Amino acid sequence: MAVANMCPTRTPMPEQDPNVRNKNFDEVATGYTAEMAMNEATRCLNCKHMPCVSGCPVNVPIPEFIAHVRNGEFEEAYSVITRASSLPAVCGRVCPQETQCESKCVRGLKSESVGIGRLERFVADYHMQHNTEKPKKPESNGHKVAVIGGGPAGLTCAGTLAKMGYAVTVFEAFHTAGGVLMYGIPEFRLPKAIVQKEIDGLKDLGVDIQTNMVMGRVMSVDELFENGFEAVFVGTGAGLPNFMNMEGEGLIGVYSANEFLTRINLMKAYKEEYDTPIIRPKNVAVVGGGNVAMDAARSALRLGAENVYIVYRRSEEEMPARNEEIHHSKEEGVNFKLLNNPVKVIGDENGKVVGLECVEMELGEPDASGRRRPVAKAGSNFVLDVDAVIIAIGNAPNPLIRSTTKGIEANAKGCLIVNEETMQTTKEGVYAGGDAVTGAATVIKAMGAGRQAAKSIDEYIRIKSVKE
Amino acid sequence: MYKILEKTALNSSMTKMVVEAPLIAKKAKPGQFIIFRVDEFGERVPLTIADYDTEKGSVTIIYQKVGASTMLLDTLNEGEYILDFVGPLGVPSELEGYKKVAVIGGGAGCAIAYPQAKALYKMGTAVDIIAGFRNTDLIILEDEMKAACDNLYLMTDDGSNGNKGFVTTALENNIKNGVEYDLVIAIGPVPMMRAVSMLTKQYNIKTIVSMNLMKRNVTYRAMEQTAREKNCRLINNVEVN
Repeated sequence: MAVANMCPTRTPMPEQDPNVRNKNFDEVATGYTAEMAMNEATRCLNCKHMPCVSGCPVNVPIPEFIAHVRNGEFEEAYSVITRASSLPAVCGRVCPQETQCESKCVRGLKSESVGIGRLERFVADYHMQHNTEKPKKPESNGHKVAVIGGGPAGLTCAGTLAKMGYAVTVFEAFHTAGGVLMYGIPEFRLPKAIVQKEIDGLKDLGVDIQTNMVMGRVMSVDELFENGFEAVFVGTGAGLPNFMNMEGEGLIGVYSANEFLTRINLMKAYKEEYDTPIIRPKNVAVVGGGNVAMDAARSALRLGAENVYIVYRRSEEEMPARNEEIHHSKEEGVNFKLLNNPVKVIGDENGKVVGLECVEMELGEPDASGRRRPVAKAGSNFVLDVDAVIIAIGNAPNPLIRSTTKGIEANAKGCLIVNEETMQTTKEGVYAGGDAVTGAATVIKAMGAGRQAAKSIDEYIRIKSVKE
Repeated sequence: MYKILEKTALNSSMTKMVVEAPLIAKKAKPGQFIIFRVDEFGERVPLTIADYDTEKGSVTIIYQKVGASTMLLDTLNEGEYILDFVGPLGVPSELEGYKKVAVIGGGAGCAIAYPQAKALYKMGTAVDIIAGFRNTDLIILEDEMKAACDNLYLMTDDGSNGNKGFVTTALENNIKNGVEYDLVIAIGPVPMMRAVSMLTKQYNIKTIVSMNLMKRNVTYRAMEQTAREKNCRLINNVEVN
């Protein structure tokens, strides 16, 4: 093997200029060229003990795929990744690599870690651009499985089962599958054409996607069994926005990030030819410090807002958002109001938002999450002049399936209870995974859970068939 | 794609559409709604389910041509298709346990009040419908409402149907004449609902009003609402849905 490239910094990622991209919805990072990818791949030391792999929730054989990239064998690299991951073009873009694979990279000890996410993205994009072969429809094994929810967990479960020969039907509540990849993550971070390609790939495998199906209302889980489905996977995600429960949250101009982003991403409100109404506020406060808060803030900028604030009660160190998103948000002109907590929304006589009252915070002792607990500084209240407030403080699981199905149990937070090995719920034949089980988490964890559940479902149906 | 089986103009601004949606028809209950999207560029618009027919596999919606989306919907005709039609959404109305109910509709609100009356009447509850319109030309659903109650009181603001007065006129008359309602459901413009609840408060009658008509641009909020188990709060004696 050739000597590693000891350059301390990563091959830079080509990006749109911040002052150009904050006015359009095109993808921010434009991706490595083959040359850049091969150069970055030479920074990998190909460590024998592969610490990066242990940092990956689905254990992608990282050094193995990077070795192929180094040699320019991009299709081979793609086959290596897809042994473990179903959505590499998505995960290469949205995984929090800095806390996963890249955090374990030996190169990261003294300099910058290998750009594993960037390489994964390059390989997946290369495959999408160059591969013309459609996947062959596998031979049917005559068994039917239903998947509720067409997000990352559901789509992965569906794809894995379809490849084994199962007849899989995905029931999706919206008019298009994709879940949070379609309604939540903005185009400038994850182009919808990429998500659509993944979905089209599943259709080629024979997966039937039924849209406009709000399961639990239009059809129950028990009815699915009556209709000949032998197992059900519940991947209904976490789409129920949390609010602060502060005064003034009912005023006109207060949105959940979920609603704001759905209007933009799924309903394309930013495009002239779409009828979807959207607020175009001048001054906006986004409450929260996660990726969703960054997405909402950056979307507001792109809709023409002049001042966009992130109001977050802890410091930057505690922010759950990906480093890259924080960095990009700042570059684009988002104003970070750190160690500030909103206390009430102020409205005018017409019930419209005119301000957000906040209080300054300081960090105290670490709390249960290990992060230092923010404490309000008495008398430090001040008002941010804003005409819209977007609440992005997390989402709880959608309750519809558990509230309409006997035998499916959830914990106090509304997360479905599953056997962590098999992903089986408390109801026989019903499996679950993704945010519906974990609460709002990552795409890669949902994907991993979808795969795991698919394997369990296969085993369950095999054993059941033998008995019968 | 969802086929339009029937389309009828109810008055100059309101239209009734019967849409093929067998799965929704099978599950629909009074108080629930659907969301439609006319075409790829359309917004998601919620509409109350006005009626449903399990055997025909159809769902009836009634809409007022007030915005871009309902105008767009109105360009479609019998035999044509709506791109998306999702439901049944929302928490069904809890209608059990009442003896005599006054269902009050104001103008377009009658389209939402009518299925509530129909469901109550079908359950064997004694039902009076009081429906108010600005004038006789605007009256909708007269036959349907007549078939869904014991007594129908049709009021017009200008008296052009020979019965001048507001819905509260008829309601107060009945109460004063000794009719004992244990529930009043009022759906219509906010001033009408306010007037009704102020009147029923005097007589301490449980009253449910609906804010459905005010919910414009609710693309996502409607979805969120379905997810919430029960989304209503009590204001005085009035349950706001």
